[in-house]
Amino acid sequence: MSLIDEIRHGNRRVLARAISIVEEGGEEGRQLIKEAFPHSGQAFVVGVTGAPGAGKSTLVGALTGHCRGQGLTVGVVAVDPTSPFTGGALLGDRLRMQEHALDEGVFIRSLATRGSLGGLSRATGDVVCLLDVAGFDVIFVETVGAGQAEVDIMRYAHTTLVLVTPGMGDEVQVFKAGIMEIGDVFAVNKADQEGADRLARELEAMLDLAGQRAWRPPVVLTVAREGTGVAELWRALVGHRDFARRSGLWEEKLRARAEAEVRGILTARLLEEAWRRGGERGLLPRLLEEVAGRRVDPYTAAALLADGLWGG
Amino acid sequence: MRRPVRVLIAKPGLDSHDRGAKVVARALRDAGMEVIYTGLHQTPEQIAETAVQEDVDVVGLSILSGAHNTLVPRVLDLLRQKGRGDVLVLVGGIIPEEDVPFLQEQGVAAVFGPGTSTEDIVRFITGRLRGQECRS
Repeated sequence: MSLIDEIRHGNRRVLARAISIVEEGGEEGRQLIKEAFPHSGQAFVVGVTGAPGAGKSTLVGALTGHCRGQGLTVGVVAVDPTSPFTGGALLGDRLRMQEHALDEGVFIRSLATRGSLGGLSRATGDVVCLLDVAGFDVIFVETVGAGQAEVDIMRYAHTTLVLVTPGMGDEVQVFKAGIMEIGDVFAVNKADQEGADRLARELEAMLDLAGQRAWRPPVVLTVAREGTGVAELWRALVGHRDFARRSGLWEEKLRARAEAEVRGILTARLLEEAWRRGGERGLLPRLLEEVAGRRVDPYTAAALLADGLWGG
Repeated sequence: MRRPVRVLIAKPGLDSHDRGAKVVARALRDAGMEVIYTGLHQTPEQIAETAVQEDVDVVGLSILSGAHNTLVPRVLDLLRQKGRGDVLVLVGGIIPEEDVPFLQEQGVAAVFGPGTSTEDIVRFITGRLRGQECRS
């Protein structure tokens, strides 16, 4: 039986191993995804983003419990940052979801970003694909939560949930660049704290100002720790999914995701190839030396390396 | 790029604090490892299942309560049952000298007492995992 067959039959150890393989990003991982891909596309993928400390992990844990109550199985991908200095990472999101560790209907995997920017691991799409093939009905993808560079999540999620909390400084900061545009659903978490209602009102006002869009993101008040508002939040997420399916937005998202995935992979492969060829010919170290010495500008150097891609 | 070593740091049983476990977790991260930390009061079942899902190379168990002679064999047993008998299992915390041989017989790779430097733990892990980067 192939690894993918074993995963489809529910072998969790093999699923975990396969995730490690695609994380490494080599030929073996590519072969796995080739085999898995035709079986994927069944799961509802929900991206969860928001500032550090907003309660993403706790909320994902609570949503997982709610989904289980509805008879849905759940996969979770929780991403934490790799230290750019040591290459190590402390992956602590799971801590808030351990009550589900022994549930056969739940599989939680922590990923480190391993040098990738944008709040996700480069392998996120592949890991989601494997969980999808393993048959999980819902997959939550929790991003790093760096704040403003979380737009990558839109590539992989059908529905993106943005968390905000009261008392995290200037509210306007929360609504700056990007975050407002990527949310399909907003949760004001820690809603038992002072300022939650005001934050929710401001958020509603900002969303009204954003102009006529086919989907007006709902705002839900939650206290993840106590499970308050979680049922309503889940209804809002499903509401977005159903709207997307009815309106043609779903197909649009799938096409955008296809483009982003192929573009991402192509970019990485072309870069890798240009780097490899440049290195082989000794051109790369020479050029880098010239640029460092300010005798050649970086655009000219990049153009010379790109030229090396054609022919041979 | 070589895969970073993945480690699960877990506290089974009823210990009331996890300072030592956190110090070790941070030291291993600073040594370039990916460290999954699951906090206090984990059952052996949770620990073994987490080790499977996270596909770790190493499980570090921190125990202060004195219940190591029952908790540790249980974790080892469950790991074997789940097909992960290959995981390197380390024990830290407060373990009386006379219990160390028993734990090692059960399959524990090393026991690190209160005086251990984090460098020793890093060195032990990298020494034991060298040459087995490709487990598959």
